[in-house]
Parts: sequence; C-alpha cells; structure tokens
Amino acid sequence: MEIWRWVFIGFLFLADFAVKIQPFKLGRSQPTERISGSAGDVLEDDPVGRLKVFVYELPRKYNKKILQKDPRCLNHMFAAEIYMHRFLLSSPVRTLNPEEADWFYTPVYTTCDLTANGLPLPFKSPRMMRSAIQLISSNWPYWNRTEGADHFFLVPHDFGACFHYQEEKAIERGILPLLQRATLVQTFGQRNHVCLKEGSITIPPYAPPQKMQTHLIPEKTPRSIFVYFRGLFYDVGNDPEGGYYARGARAAVWENFKDNPLFDISTEHPTTYYEDMQRAVFCLCPLGWAPWSPRLVEAVIFGCIPVIIADDIVLPFADAIPWEEIGVFVDEKDVPNLDTILTSIPPEVILRKQRLLANPSMKQAMLFPQPAQPGDAFHQVLNGLARKLPHDKGVYLKPDERVLNWTAGPVGDLKPW
Amino acid sequence: MKLSALHQSYLSRRSNSFRSSGPLDSSSDGGYKSPAAVFWIILHCLCCLISLVLGFRFSRLVFFLLFSTSSSNLYTPPFRSAVELAKTLDVHSVLSTNSVANNFRLPFPNKTASNSRVVVGRHGIRIRPWPHPDPVEVMKAHRILERVQKEQRLQFGVKDPRTIIAVTPTYVRTFQALHLTGVMHSLMVVPYDLVWIVVEAGGVSNETASLIEKSGLKTIHVGINQRMPNSWDERHKLESIMRLHALRIVREKKLDGIVMFADDSNMHSMELFDEIQNVKWFGAVSVGILATSANIDESSDRKEEEENPRMPIQGPACNASNMLAGWHTFNTLPFAGKSAVNIDDRLTVLPRKLEWSGFVLNSRLLWKDGEDKPDWIKDIDMLDGDVESPLGLITDPSVVEPLGSCGRQVLLWWLRVEARADSKFPPRWIIDPPLDITVPSKRTPWPDTPPELPVKEKPEMGIQEPIVKHTTKTRTSRSKHRSKRKHETRTDTQVSTKHSEQN
Repeated sequence: MEIWRWVFIGFLFLADFAVKIQPFKLGRSQPTERISGSAGDVLEDDPVGRLKVFVYELPRKYNKKILQKDPRCLNHMFAAEIYMHRFLLSSPVRTLNPEEADWFYTPVYTTCDLTANGLPLPFKSPRMMRSAIQLISSNWPYWNRTEGADHFFLVPHDFGACFHYQEEKAIERGILPLLQRATLVQTFGQRNHVCLKEGSITIPPYAPPQKMQTHLIPEKTPRSIFVYFRGLFYDVGNDPEGGYYARGARAAVWENFKDNPLFDISTEHPTTYYEDMQRAVFCLCPLGWAPWSPRLVEAVIFGCIPVIIADDIVLPFADAIPWEEIGVFVDEKDVPNLDTILTSIPPEVILRKQRLLANPSMKQAMLFPQPAQPGDAFHQVLNGLARKLPHDKGVYLKPDERVLNWTAGPVGDLKPW
Repeated sequence: MKLSALHQSYLSRRSNSFRSSGPLDSSSDGGYKSPAAVFWIILHCLCCLISLVLGFRFSRLVFFLLFSTSSSNLYTPPFRSAVELAKTLDVHSVLSTNSVANNFRLPFPNKTASNSRVVVGRHGIRIRPWPHPDPVEVMKAHRILERVQKEQRLQFGVKDPRTIIAVTPTYVRTFQALHLTGVMHSLMVVPYDLVWIVVEAGGVSNETASLIEKSGLKTIHVGINQRMPNSWDERHKLESIMRLHALRIVREKKLDGIVMFADDSNMHSMELFDEIQNVKWFGAVSVGILATSANIDESSDRKEEEENPRMPIQGPACNASNMLAGWHTFNTLPFAGKSAVNIDDRLTVLPRKLEWSGFVLNSRLLWKDGEDKPDWIKDIDMLDGDVESPLGLITDPSVVEPLGSCGRQVLLWWLRVEARADSKFPPRWIIDPPLDITVPSKRTPWPDTPPELPVKEKPEMGIQEPIVKHTTKTRTSRSKHRSKRKHETRTDTQVSTKHSEQN
C-alpha cells in the first residue's frame, strides 16, 4: 500500500507539471470551449509518428542566397515558406532516408523577390519553380515516380501557384502546369477558383508572434468598440473609380457606415492598432485585391470576432477549424445591412464565439512561432498532410506513363532561371 | 491585397506593356475586324470626345446613372446589357482594363469556373437608400456591448464584489450643485452595489435632497446642526466631525462593505472603485492635488517654466519590496503666507497633510462586535474631537495596505473651489417666477448705448452676468417684458416678447 501511495503522489506531481506548460504564454483563465471541425478534434493532434517528410537539398541559390540578398522576407506576410523550411529541417518528422518518406518537400523561396517597398514580384517565380522541379526530377527518382503527387510546395503568394498579383492575370495563367499533381500549401483560398486546386491545404498568412505578444492588454479591459476596421476602402492608386478593389465591398462598408457611431472604421494607421482590436467585439475582415488577409489572424489572437466579407472564401485549415461557428460570414451583397446583421446576433451566440476564440489551441493554430510549439500552424500543416495519407493507387505511375506536359504554359516561363 | 495594389502602381509601366501586348495579340491572331469590334471602337472614340467637351469622364456619369437605381438591382443591369451586347461580340478574355471609356466591364466567362458566382471585374458599390445609423440598431448594439462587458467583469473582474459605502460631507452653497452632481454621476456609473451617505452641515435641506434623489442610488441623508464656518481650517475640522458622524451611522446600521470618502469637490476615476475592492482592512490610495493658483497674472509667465509643473500627490510610499515605507504628503512651504484662509479668498486652497479621501476601510472595522476585527482600530465612540485624518483612527500606521500598484496609480484628484460666501443662487437652480426685472449693465460691448444708466432695482436673484447680457438687448428693443424662460408659464407674455423681438 505504501508504494501505491508514492506512485499516486508521483503521478500527481507529473500531472501538475504537465498542465503548467502554456502554449502561447497568455496566462489567461477564461472558460473556453473545445473546437471540433469536420475533421474532428484535430487541432491538438501530434503529427510526429504519423508521417515522414524528406527535405530535398537544393543549391543555395534557391533559398539561402535569396534570403541573404533580402532579409526583409523574414518579416512580411509571406514568410511562412521560409519558416516552414527551417521547421522541417529540425523536426522529428524529417527523415534522411527518402525511401521511407511519405511526403517530399522542396524548399524554394518563390516569394522573396521584393521591390523597394517590400512587395514581392512574382514574375520570376514560375521560372524559379520550374527550374527547381527540373533539378529534383533529374537528380532524384522520386519526382518521376509519381510526377509530383507525393510532393508538397509552399506557395504563400496572393493567388497561390498562379504566380500573379492581379486576379485576371492569375486566372489567365492558372496554376503552374508542373504543379498539377502536387499538393499546394497556400494562403489563397476561394471556392471554384482556378487558383485553388482540390486537395490544397490553406494556411494563415504569417503574422509576427512576438510583436503581437508585446501588445497584449489586460483581459479585464472592457470591450467597448462594436465594430473595428483599419485599412483602405478605395485604392485610388490602382482603382480610382472604385468597383474593382475588393469587388466594391470595402467601398460599400465606408459609404454605408462612415457616420455610424458603432463602426470605428478609418484609413489611419494608429500605433494602438493591436490594443484597439482587443477592445472591440467585431473586427471586419473584408477582401482586398485577394480574399485573404492577416486581419483574420490578428482578430483570432486578440479575441475579436472576425466578420468575413469575401464570397466563397476558403479559410485556413477549414477542415480542422469550424469557422462558421467562430466567425460571422456576410455576403458581399449584404454589406449595406451589416449593422442589422451584427446586432441581430443573439448575445449567447456572441459569448460562445468569444469562448471559442479564447481557446488557446485556436490561437496557437494561427501562429508560426519560433521555435515551433505544439499545436501551431506548422503542426496543423503536417496534420493536414497526415490526413491525406495513405496515398492511393493513382499516385504511383507506371514506368512509361507521363501525365505532365513540360512545355505547357506561357512562353516566358520556359526560359531557364 | 493592398500590397499587390501598391506594387501594381509601381509596375504600371511594365504591366502596361504586358497589357498592350494582349489586345494586339488577339487582333493579330484574328486578323479580322468584326462589325461589333468596329462599333466598340467608334463608341470609345465618341465617349472620349464627349469627355473632352464636357471636361470630365463621361463614362463615370453613365455608370453612376446605371447604378443609382436601387441597391438590390445594382449588380444586374450592366451585366444584362453587357450580355446582350456581348452576343454580337467575340468576347476575348483579354478585353483588358486599359480601355478607358469601356465601363461595361465584362467578366471572363471562359476562364471562371462554371459554378462560381464570384466574377472578376468591376462591381457596383452597394449603398442602401438611407445610409445612416438606425437608433433601434444602435440600442441593440449597446445591449450587446453591455452583455459582453458584464461577462468580462464576471470572468476577469473582481470576484464577489463588496458594496461600496461612499461618505460625502456637504452643505448648501452656490457651487454645491456643481460639485455634488459630479460626484453623483461618478457614483451612478459604478458597477457595484452602492450606499451613499450624505452628511449635511446646517441640517437636512430640500436643496440637497432634491439633488440627491435624482441619482437613483440608495442614499442616507443626515444633517448635523452646525453651520459650515467660513475659514478653511474650521471647515476641515467640521468635515472631519461630519465624517465621523457618518461612520457612526455605518456602525449603527451594520452596513457591510467598503467605506470610501467621496468629498463633493473631488474627481474620481472608475478604476478607483475597482481597486478598492482589493482592500482587506484599511487601505490607502494616491490622491493627486490640483491646488489652484489664483494669482494668474504674476505667476504664469515666470514660474511655470522654472518650477516643475508636476502635480503633487498625497499617498502611500513604498520601498523596493512593495511594502509601505512612508507617506507622501503635501508640501505647504511654497505657499506659505499665500494660501487662502477664508472660503472666498482668491488664493490657493491647501489640502491637509493627508486627505480623508485617500483612505478606504472595511466597514467591519467599525462594527462593535466584529469577529476577527484587528486590534489596531480605535473605537469610534471613544473619539470625540476632530480626527485630522483616518490615520487617527488606528493605532499602528504600518498596517495600512497601499493600493493602486503601491500608490503609483493616481485614482482620484482633490480640488477645492468655492464661490464667495455671500454669493446667492436660485433655490434648486430654478428661476420661478420668471424674471421681470431688468438691470442695465454699467459697461456694454456696444459703443452706441450710453455708458451710465440709473440702476432701477437691485435684483433679488443673484445671477449678475447673464441677466446683463439680455438686458442690453432689451434696451435696444425698448421693452420691459424680457424674461429668461425656463418654464412656459404665461403665454401672453410670450406673445408680447415675440412682438418685442420683432421690433
């Protein structure tokens, strides 16, 4: 009996220690609700042991040299491609034996060619990607074995693998033909759109976790702003007449609600942007030139219910996170009635959404912390890849079968990089 | 994305070259010009010419007219008309954005997938017929905010909040309404249960009672028979006696909660009420002293730059380990000889060494038979004379708990401003019956009127300046019936004033 008592005490000790590990150092004790999406309660799943990833060793010109030329790539919203590479290099899911790998990762930083302003130019990206694929297909046999069906690539640019910032051009180009069979991990997601392939994994854009951590305010600060938004409504540089930018939705928000005291909306850049979000009940996340935006990540971290105004958008980790229960979706045609829609939500529903948002695993899943922590976005990507296993029979091609057309696409893409 | 928009502008030159290659390609591909293409070109030229003549983009007007019909039909009209036109056209997917007057923006039917209801291109900006806030919606939103904040308070705020017992000594004078309304409004907003004990010098009066009952709070209004004296020293002494009287009431009624002293001319922040919930037995907060300097003429130029314009603070002082080490009190030396003695002196009014309002105590300390009452509290019934500060109520000053992050937060401000002792004001600030006495002023801003005028009657009511302004107006209109209307009492005099104003 003595020994059982000690065992019991020892178990309590361990349990106490385990509970103390806080994922996102919030130190909050708010009652939260469990999140279960269509894939189940998978946010806290551990991908280690469920899949193996082989990371190709590409020459420095594809990744390290580009980063050296412009270190700003580490801070902009497309930085997920760089951090994913770093995570995979030191992760337990990495295997050095490609024969036992389930997935293959190609570290090529296609979104790191920046202008003076810090915006990525996508014009060389198709060539860069093509050159990387040519390299791996000639140096390793694994690409040709499946024509890329068990490879995944990170393409966090505006319209994913369509590699253009303008939607019409992106649609015209379509997804790069060589990536037709690969799994794409991208931030862009819109249903029935050319640039979203079936089986892609949508991830949140990169938002700097340290910066957001330093702007947290005490949770007892009362939420006194009803609706909050900061950003452009009209893009006078590129769309002077209005109607193109955001499909007119942002302009509609401005025109209908600019004098409404409940809507704290403006184009200013306040220094208290993060603090203000923590004092708001609803944060608008309308589309811009592309439907996704870091505002969603910021709203989730700061506990502000996201109001998503983007028709047919596919949100990050949509199979794991039940966005319908967490955010409010408003059709673009219903924007003039936004105030009625928001005030007619029953308070119990609002409180439930806030409880779901307060769940630390929810906040953790939206972040890319350095070093990686359990339950963060890196792990959710791996969970998504693990859910696609085992590969079905169609993945492996017969020795003579060729599906990809290596000369498809605009002529400019075929030039070597 | 905003960013892509910005770099679109950066690359406009380059992208124009891309765009312009588009239509050239398509036309060179076809090598033919369909009649509809010619029609579009002619329309384009026509729109350009019209724009040249009119001076603004003609396309914008047409677009606006099309879209301003109704909010529900905003999306469909151009789509339909464009589709009709498109039947006669070969719609190439490279009908690009550089055609200036082409505002009938066509979507790309070939490239967008068949099931998508989202099309690329220009959309109308939907504005509802009356784009202004609806008061019903605003009220609903405020209810939602209240509910959310209540939930926040339940989760993160003080657990088991105690009742606040606010003690206010007051007396009837000109500025009483000003000061007491300020305190009243602060107390009305406090989210906890509140009992307000108002002690009045000179006995209970209707004046104070009518002010207090507007608050809707639970109030205990008592009076003491002494009148408030004229000198500040005496006044402070009597206020201490009044506060002790209130503490005796707390003891008699066995009120349970936290006693705080809300003097009627202080300013309180709401964080104060949240912070004092943390007190165990006896706590102290920092009070900011807004001692006014009435000598504006001489001191403002020189002194403000030289001396530090920092606000003096009274309150607990802590050492490095956040334990109470001493007290910050008010330095009276700079004001030696220049401080106000009587209430109506126009000099700086100084606070006491430690003001009552900076202290809070648990009401159980005052009960006769408290269970675990600490032994350092003196029995109030034993005290008779005036107690300078609440530290006189306890034997051991080191037990005081410093609140507000150890005195670093200033949660309330002290100020004493009073009117002349003989200044008069209408009872309850209601002018009834309405004035029918005109008193001409001795100096008017208008040079036309003669300077000296015989004074008709000294007014019963004491509001000097406002009446004066009105009477100068009536002087020019030569009417006797000039009244400052607060009630609509007599319609005949109203009619007569209307006539007088028209004259």
